Amino acid sequence: MQSHKLTLKQNSWMQALLMTLVVTSGLLLFAVFCFLIWFSLPVFFTETTSVFSLKWQPEQGHFGILAMVFGTLSLAFISTSVAFIIALGLNSFCLLSRRRWLVALLRSLLRFMAAIPTVVYGLAALFLLLPLLRNGLQLGSGYSLFAAVCMLILLILPVICVMLDNITTPLWQQYALGAQALGFSPEQTYMQVILPHCRVNIGGAALLGFNRAIGDTMLPLMLAGNATQLPSGVFDAIRSLTAHIALVIATDQGGEAYNSLFASGILLLMCSACICLLSRYLMGRHRLEQPE
Amino acid sequence: MSRLIGYWGRLCALFIISIMLILIGFILFKGLPTLELSLFFGDTAPLAAMMGLQPVWEGIWPACVGTLTVVLCAVSLASVPGIASGIWLASAPDKPAQKVFGLAVDILAGIPSILMGLFGFSLILLLRGSFFPQANASLLLASFCLALLILPYIACATQNALSSLPKQLSVTGAALGMTQWQVTYRLLLPQAKSGIMSGLMLAIGRAAEDTAVIMLTGAVANAGLPGGLLQRFEALPFTIFYYSAQYQSQQELNMAFGAALVLLILTSIIFALLAAIVRGRNRSKFGPVKSLIKERIC
Repeated sequence: MQSHKLTLKQNSWMQALLMTLVVTSGLLLFAVFCFLIWFSLPVFFTETTSVFSLKWQPEQGHFGILAMVFGTLSLAFISTSVAFIIALGLNSFCLLSRRRWLVALLRSLLRFMAAIPTVVYGLAALFLLLPLLRNGLQLGSGYSLFAAVCMLILLILPVICVMLDNITTPLWQQYALGAQALGFSPEQTYMQVILPHCRVNIGGAALLGFNRAIGDTMLPLMLAGNATQLPSGVFDAIRSLTAHIALVIATDQGGEAYNSLFASGILLLMCSACICLLSRYLMGRHRLEQPE
Repeated sequence: MSRLIGYWGRLCALFIISIMLILIGFILFKGLPTLELSLFFGDTAPLAAMMGLQPVWEGIWPACVGTLTVVLCAVSLASVPGIASGIWLASAPDKPAQKVFGLAVDILAGIPSILMGLFGFSLILLLRGSFFPQANASLLLASFCLALLILPYIACATQNALSSLPKQLSVTGAALGMTQWQVTYRLLLPQAKSGIMSGLMLAIGRAAEDTAVIMLTGAVANAGLPGGLLQRFEALPFTIFYYSAQYQSQQELNMAFGAALVLLILTSIIFALLAAIVRGRNRSKFGPVKSLIKERIC
């Protein structure tokens, strides 16, 4: 009888401990949102600073971040669209190829790519890709949107690819035989049965890649040149929002520059949260009916 | 028309495999020749450097120790709350409170890591402005921010691992008269152990590679061995970044490549452990296997 009481006591203690931990971590996560929003409030409610302009000249008192916004967007759009097309190719290869050992190799390579630190990518590009751009194509210093996009593609490719793989493999197992019986070739099955069936979910996977692309700091910081201008071509130097945050804190400019810091922070947060919600919605909708 | 996708797929596969071979080969080619004792300890005697008796100036040993310390601190801070949140999320996935919390965890798992750095930075500003004027960037702050970064990953992995277990398990436990804590601790957690372990591994890998957070919250280029929780420290990713941008001699550049190779080896070890865990889980008794990266992204 005594031990039964002890067990019940233990149960209630442990449940209370669990709830305490959960509430603590919930409050901490909530605090992150609140901090970033609270610190960026002055940006929107003071008249003097014009954060949303194109000029970034701290010496003359211009703290506009629109050029950085544009840099981030162009970086993310270009790299996501290219990576998405490559990912479709890789996905079709994984499903269609008859060399299964090569497919297994490719799948583990993709997972390994997700584990490689971004600084290592950045280092390799600094001493491999940039000399190529500098000496081979005669493009000045080589720090450009193009270099950053090249490495970002490698960075987000595993994300998109693995999600595509998770989506299409069950569908393939479900439909391949039937489609073959109807006279589809494997390529036709992929293009005309599988892809139309999971169009929406594929959009969700691409959005996850996009989210990863706007959030990366090290590659734009190391490769994109960090010039605060609107790019006129892919070989121009740009500065992304994430690199802007890192640079402003590193150079310790203080004062009004911090306002632009939190403005870019809140923009990134909002953007990332919206994309996250949207991709969650897209991936969850049409939850593909899989045979149990 | 649809024949093209076959050719495109082959081309992409060839392209990706060759690019990755070139990249990894380049790091190996540049990093392997530098990989000797003097890379780690410079001119200092190894034993004295390891004990912290003499400072190491031209080596990456302090950076290695700094990375290990900060990752250990972050994981020990984040693992228990993370696993607890995962258990709570999995216990009743359809209630509104859990839904809101799950949404917040999802969003936080996806936000750019530099925002965590910005959070740490604004935390210092706040502390300085209010009741702790000597607050500064430090090891403690960096590991706290890293812990916040990896907490959602651990929570997601735990939730996925628990909710992929069959429902009968907890129902049977309850029918046998076990309390809720006993069901969780004695039935569910042992079964979901490998899933939780792989989530922890992913979190460790994430914490070890992340540069943006520690760059804003306390990593510096020359700090020596980490002296305490409130001191600044060195870290491998930051060393790579710093020396690749501002090297002044071939020797410093070699240090960057050596550090990159060490970091790559470290993450490969974590990756191999992860693969071993997942392969072990394929043979587990209960539940379907969820794929590896699905949990990474949640």
